[in-house]
Amino acid sequence: MPVTVLLFAGLREIVGAGELSRPIEAAATVDAVWRDLRDHWPALTPYGPSLTCAVNAQYAPMSSPVQDGDEVAFLPPVSGG
Amino acid sequence: MAPRFAITAEPLDVAALLATAQQLHDLLARDRNIEGPGAVILFVGVVRGRHQGQEVRALTYEAYTPLAVASFERIAAEAGVRVADAVLCIHHRIGTLEVGEPSVVIAAVAAHRGEAYAVSRFAIERIKQITPVWKREVLVDGASWVEGATVDPDAPEPLADAWSRTCP
Repeated sequence: MPVTVLLFAGLREIVGAGELSRPIEAAATVDAVWRDLRDHWPALTPYGPSLTCAVNAQYAPMSSPVQDGDEVAFLPPVSGG
Repeated sequence: MAPRFAITAEPLDVAALLATAQQLHDLLARDRNIEGPGAVILFVGVVRGRHQGQEVRALTYEAYTPLAVASFERIAAEAGVRVADAVLCIHHRIGTLEVGEPSVVIAAVAAHRGEAYAVSRFAIERIKQITPVWKREVLVDGASWVEGATVDPDAPEPLADAWSRTCP
């Protein structure tokens, strides 16, 4: 079961891609998707406490369930304007 | 008419957004049978050539577009809770911008200046808190992402802080 992961700014640069497909297990959560990424790219770890997440372009807590085909976005601290 | 809220890679059309905001307030005023546009505040954020003592060559912006546009809608709704009958239009640029180029334009229109100034200031404070846009500073000796606020749109403290900066 894959989800589409979106990464921005510093997160995108660490991973080297803004969009990637990651497999998830049944009954997975946003947090599980994040832990999988962090295991593959340990440089992401410091971002954990300051992350905001969105599922299908709606803000979502780390505990939110994710399903096959969902778009899961991880947003580092913002700096618009 | 320009869209009310947008993230765009094209240079920002300041005059078009101002005209759209004024037109929308005119329509709103007719619909609600209230006073029409009497004050237009245009805020234009531009790329600053010097930041914290360092020379800036350019800024590169990126956005999570659907959520960024939704954040503008949210900001306008939040403004409406305190300041009724004002119109906010917000466009933010993405891509690489040279020093002096507009990165964000906010057109705020109300019947009177107090309301227009208030929603304009509130909007830029709130954009900096919750809008998923990121900037990378290109300096003479390297480049780095600027990391500002952790986004928590439902948290009451940042919202209160934005209002306190708006109406001190």
